[in-house]
Amino acid sequence: MAAPEFEIPKFREFPTVPPIREGAMAHSKPYVASDKIQEALGFQGKLDEDWQVTHDKVIAKFGELLGKYRSLKVFMDSCVHCGSCTDKCHYFIGTNDPKNMPVARQELMRSVYRRYFTLPGKLFPKLVGARDLTKDVLDEWFSYFWQCSECRRCSVFCPYGIDTAEVTMAARHILDTVGYGQKYSNEILGKVNKIGNNLGLPGPALEDTLAGLEEDVKEDTGVAVRYPLDEQGAEVLLVTPSADFFAEPHIESLIGYGKVFHAAGISWTLSSYASEAGNFGLFNGSYEMMRKVALRIRQAALELGVKRIVVGECGHAWRVAYAFWNTLTGLGAGGHDPFSIELQKQLDPKYKQPSHICEFTWDLIQQGRLKFDKEANDHRIITFHDSCNVARASRMGDRPGGQFDIPRAIIKAVANKFVDMDEATIREATFCCGGGGGVLTDELLEMRVKGAFPRMEALKHVVDKHGVNFMATICAICKAQFTKVLPYYGFNMRLVGGVHQLVSTAIRLGGEQ
Amino acid sequence: MTTFFALLFYLACAVFVIGLGYKLYDFARTPAPLSIPTTPAPTTTSGVVFRMAREVVLFESLFKGNLWIWLFGWLFHMGLFLVLVRHLRYFIAEVPAWLVFLQPFGKYAGFMMVAGLAGLWVRRLFVERIRYISTLSDHLWLALLLTIGLTGLGMTFLMHVDVVAVKAFFLGLMHFEMNPLPAHPGLFIHLLLVALLMILFPFSKLLHAPGVFFSPTRNMADNPREKRHLAPWAAQLEKN
Repeated sequence: MAAPEFEIPKFREFPTVPPIREGAMAHSKPYVASDKIQEALGFQGKLDEDWQVTHDKVIAKFGELLGKYRSLKVFMDSCVHCGSCTDKCHYFIGTNDPKNMPVARQELMRSVYRRYFTLPGKLFPKLVGARDLTKDVLDEWFSYFWQCSECRRCSVFCPYGIDTAEVTMAARHILDTVGYGQKYSNEILGKVNKIGNNLGLPGPALEDTLAGLEEDVKEDTGVAVRYPLDEQGAEVLLVTPSADFFAEPHIESLIGYGKVFHAAGISWTLSSYASEAGNFGLFNGSYEMMRKVALRIRQAALELGVKRIVVGECGHAWRVAYAFWNTLTGLGAGGHDPFSIELQKQLDPKYKQPSHICEFTWDLIQQGRLKFDKEANDHRIITFHDSCNVARASRMGDRPGGQFDIPRAIIKAVANKFVDMDEATIREATFCCGGGGGVLTDELLEMRVKGAFPRMEALKHVVDKHGVNFMATICAICKAQFTKVLPYYGFNMRLVGGVHQLVSTAIRLGGEQ
Repeated sequence: MTTFFALLFYLACAVFVIGLGYKLYDFARTPAPLSIPTTPAPTTTSGVVFRMAREVVLFESLFKGNLWIWLFGWLFHMGLFLVLVRHLRYFIAEVPAWLVFLQPFGKYAGFMMVAGLAGLWVRRLFVERIRYISTLSDHLWLALLLTIGLTGLGMTFLMHVDVVAVKAFFLGLMHFEMNPLPAHPGLFIHLLLVALLMILFPFSKLLHAPGVFFSPTRNMADNPREKRHLAPWAAQLEKN
């Protein structure tokens, strides 16, 4: 690892709120999307040369979004600057830049809202903190709305439930519209639209990878576990983040899913057309884009004739699947329109549609259909990192909070040694890994490393106290981000892994006995 | 002076009712196209009502977020609530027994309110992060509310005002009759600022009061797999 060009936050004995350092992260910005990337998504290629034109387009789009999203409208009006959120953002804690305080981040947009959409802002801008939209303001949006991982931690502590993620999404959507997109996310959206996954892995490559995986697992366990692709008539369609197909430690969890299906004797398939659970449309705040990506899954489900849809370990994908698929694609229950009914007729109503792989595995464990050698995980002392989108934007099982309990219950069913991190940093108060929400790109490394700081601090504590050597998580972005940033804090990059990686280690496959 | 205040209060009431009414209509007509409760969230409507009640009465989220802001904020709002209830006697000819019973509570709640406001202002001035996010109008709101509270307390405990006449003035206004308002500098300031508050309410951050009820992260049930949420504009996309 080359020496970083920035200071890494120091672990503190008694975490206190840091003093503010104005402008500390003003230099942080992602690469701007090229006109080719922009136009492939139907967005304007680049900013108009005439600022006034851009100005008018921003205000027009802002107005349109205010009419389409109650969240944005209510959140623009409701903040009283009470300060409850000010010390809650991991990027603020890690960078001390006051514009990374959630309220200040919202204020970048709210100041413009006040100027153009409220009477006091039109009459007395100085008094109410309203400001004209200038190129500098737009540049500031591009910088600081890409220093938000849309993790929703601030919204937990806001007396009005103001969710900065909603504001960030609106800002990014406006930026996209006027030709000021972010390269990393928009490039990925282009790939998923064209090929079917974020990595741009075409069908044949996928087939090769899965065949290789079958060989490896056979060699390892002596059992012919299958990793099927595009199998018509399978019971379950598994949709998983494409990182699971080749990245470490992601692939270990994919191996685990396959073993669970094998042990339970349930037929399943992956789809080459819908080989991506992730949906970067969420990060960019475009309903249409998010819908377009999600419709691929509807299409694949209909074509393959599956009865159930299960989603692999991915945080934001689970948010989109759990909370939005029913709305976007009719994949769920309760819809009475022809569009929804078409899919409902096919899917088995006995099961929650879609289900999380953890719900799926946990159900099987409860039914006694899976057996484990827990000792196989005894070399691991495990903790669990709640991923933000799973924790604060979704659920598992029937009861609120199932998203916290079920993954932990699985870990405890497959391993003997488990400890939780500090209560103020897990469950609904969990800290983001620092790489979520479309910022998992190298030019934002400084911000990612600093944003991971609160999580690293909590981890350090259980590592020192309990000897933790495995942090399980159920998110592809968390896994990739931690693999990258753990070494900056003196940890081994292999300290992070998936819940189904643990399942994979301990599960008994029928053939062995 | 009586005429001035009479006209001012008609104006203030009109702006308050029409302005706030429009804002409520505007919030209500704007769809929430996606299911976005901050989870864990209740799965049923009654659960949502209970969550909202805890939010509005106890300030649950703020309690989780920051104990000092919670303490001062809660003192101020509960004090204000009791004070407002007490003021009902100026608008009801025959004061009912429960309102008579509540009078002493409302009387001392004025101190709660002022103490809470003072605490919030101290934080706004001396906590670096909160000073950073404060606008001039944030300070002015605190000044306005504190002045209303202090003039009110002043009239209750120090320089009494002829409350019978004040009541006659407001009851008169409600029947479009003009009864003389007692000449009292404290009362004039008090009423002037209250009218100002009513006029500014629909255009200001005071909209957090109705806003919290419309906040999708708090008022939506966590049931997206069981129920299909579809905004009208989003449903249009399925027709293409």
